[in-house]
Amino acid sequence: MSSPSPAPLPAPSHAARNSGPAFILKKAVLSALVALVLFSLMIGVRTEAGPEGLLIYWTRFGELAAIVAAVFGGSIVIELLRQWIGPVGAAGLIPAWLKDLMDFAGRWLTPALLVFTFLIPVIFYDQRYILDLAILVLTYVMLGWGLNVVVGLAGLLDLGYVAFYAVGAYSYALLATNFGLSFWICLPLAGILAAFWGVLLGFPVLRLRGDYLAIVTLAFGEIIRLVLINWQSLTGGPNGVTGIPRPTFFGIPLTPGDDGLAAMLGIEFSPTHRVVFLFYLILALALLTNWVTIRLRRLPIGRAWEALREDEVACRALGINITTTKLTAFATGALFGGFAGAFFATRQGFISPESFTFHESALVLAIVVLGGMGSQLGVALAALAMIGGFELFRGLDQYRMLVFGFAMVLLMIWRPRGLVGHRAPTVFLEKNQAISSDLVKEGHG
Amino acid sequence: MDYLAQQLINGLVLGSIYGLIAIGYTMVYGIVGMINFAHGDIFMIGGFIALISFLVLVSFGLTAVPLILLIVLLVSMAITALYGWTVERIAYRPLRHSFRLAPMLSAIGMSFILTNFSQVAQGARVKPVPPIITGGYTLHEGASGFNVQLSNIQIIVVATTVVLLALFTWLVSRTRLGRDMRACEQDQTMASLLGVDVDRTISFTFVIGAALAAVAGMMYLLYYGLVDFFMGFVAGIKAFTAAVLGGIGSLPGAMLGGLLIGLIETLWSAYFSVEYKDVAAFSILIVVLIFLPTGLLGRPEVEKV
Repeated sequence: MSSPSPAPLPAPSHAARNSGPAFILKKAVLSALVALVLFSLMIGVRTEAGPEGLLIYWTRFGELAAIVAAVFGGSIVIELLRQWIGPVGAAGLIPAWLKDLMDFAGRWLTPALLVFTFLIPVIFYDQRYILDLAILVLTYVMLGWGLNVVVGLAGLLDLGYVAFYAVGAYSYALLATNFGLSFWICLPLAGILAAFWGVLLGFPVLRLRGDYLAIVTLAFGEIIRLVLINWQSLTGGPNGVTGIPRPTFFGIPLTPGDDGLAAMLGIEFSPTHRVVFLFYLILALALLTNWVTIRLRRLPIGRAWEALREDEVACRALGINITTTKLTAFATGALFGGFAGAFFATRQGFISPESFTFHESALVLAIVVLGGMGSQLGVALAALAMIGGFELFRGLDQYRMLVFGFAMVLLMIWRPRGLVGHRAPTVFLEKNQAISSDLVKEGHG
Repeated sequence: MDYLAQQLINGLVLGSIYGLIAIGYTMVYGIVGMINFAHGDIFMIGGFIALISFLVLVSFGLTAVPLILLIVLLVSMAITALYGWTVERIAYRPLRHSFRLAPMLSAIGMSFILTNFSQVAQGARVKPVPPIITGGYTLHEGASGFNVQLSNIQIIVVATTVVLLALFTWLVSRTRLGRDMRACEQDQTMASLLGVDVDRTISFTFVIGAALAAVAGMMYLLYYGLVDFFMGFVAGIKAFTAAVLGGIGSLPGAMLGGLLIGLIETLWSAYFSVEYKDVAAFSILIVVLIFLPTGLLGRPEVEKV
């Protein structure tokens, strides 16, 4: 077993010693050596199943050398940057004028974004790609806001949120294809079913905390996905459900026929109408999620969620019913997940278990955490950044997930508390209040 | 009866592999208090490195199987341990005192990186290897023609696990390093005040966990005869399930949980349905946690306001 000597950390007290060119060079050489060992077999040798089923291999020392050289150079650059910018702590200090500017922007950003979002179909009417991307981003904004109730407000770490998304999607798909129910009847049903599953998941995890909760929700998400794959007679297995009906404008189909919306309004039919309709539909659903969350936060239940996030034991001591608090959080989050799922099914027209992997849960959780755990605007911006950024790398295909992983790690190191910042509890004491000793004496409560 | 005996043997072997991975989870959780999501992928990397070093050694003309296996074991343990160290250094150490969810998300990101790194570096197709260790014993000849078999590879997997566990238990309970690890687990600040190098100890924890995962990866390769870039995810979740089932933070618990998950999975596939074996394993996890919220051997946490 190798016992690699840990690279020396640049401790602040040894700043003088740890800044010379010799130190940087030493660090870069160490990094390059580590990279050489790490990649020696994984990059240096490429294996593939040969023609007769036996494995063959060939060497790629050129690539190996290139990567090691890149690590060497990168290490020098990073170290120089680190010394140039200074200690990590100092980077967090923002000059006052910038702070004022950010406050100003913060006040106007939300309305400006909202107006811009409403105008997207008008501005980009001819650009189908942008509209589709906007719909995708809004779907994730909605999922993020839904999960935010569970993770951001109630502080319950849920790694299986995609299960509710799946329940919603399959509820709509199966109800619509088997019973011919319309989207507007199925949407609430999908939400209610997902909420029901949320309560069902909530019961066993009531007593669990932290990471136990995380693994059980993860297991739950996997169970749902495995059942969807294997219950072929109901869900169609890996082939999924096809021919899911498109949504109607409250009963009026968006088709070129005589009974279509275009014919009724007397305008020329265009397939973009449906995309625009879908856009406003998801926008309305997302805003509904946001509105409900903001309202709930002011109700006793919302306050109870935040109290639960801050301290469960104290919460219990104050007489808050933990059971209902946790279950409502799960149910509310799941409800919105179900809505988003139904929307996803009607937009795609086809769903399969492939769309509901752990990767989706991780993505939505990353959006919530990057958004700053509880900040509504933060979640929206994080969804835009993640999904938009993910789209930028569409051309890179297999490198896309690699870049995504690096982005996640780097963003976490750079801003562990999210891009926008942590949301403090809605109610808290403005200042410490002195309590007279008469009140706290023994026997006086 | 014979059939059951055979399934118990198979379950034991699978459980040993899960147990080896689960130890890595439980150690890291005990000492840093985070779920190392990338650990399943470390296991996968271990399998790949074992495969590649095996191929290279064979092409160099080595024929003595025990020698090859020994070299492959050492090489994959060493390189995979370095992977564990690097992952900790890059993705977790900067977040050591950050808030609770940050290292976990960084770990999920690291898991994506490792999965896709090996996909890019080694291709997406499954890599099969011919059986390296063949032969075995027939323990019992059944009347209906069903024999209870114990193959050599099964013996090797279980024996390696037992030896490593003994070594590892000795390391944790008798050596200076083990004492440091237990000290850091209890109270990092106090440990550092008493002269324990906390960063170094945590690094070693990752190194040891990764080395054990590498052994599990190699055993998986020998036992099933294939590796692919995605195998770390499912194996990782199951091993973590095993760690939680046994009570996270507890080393015997991890091994016990691994064996239980292995047995449940094998028996469920044998008697009910192969498709739902994972559902069975996860359901049992949920059921156990309802009644024992800290797992089978876990200590209940003391809650303070």
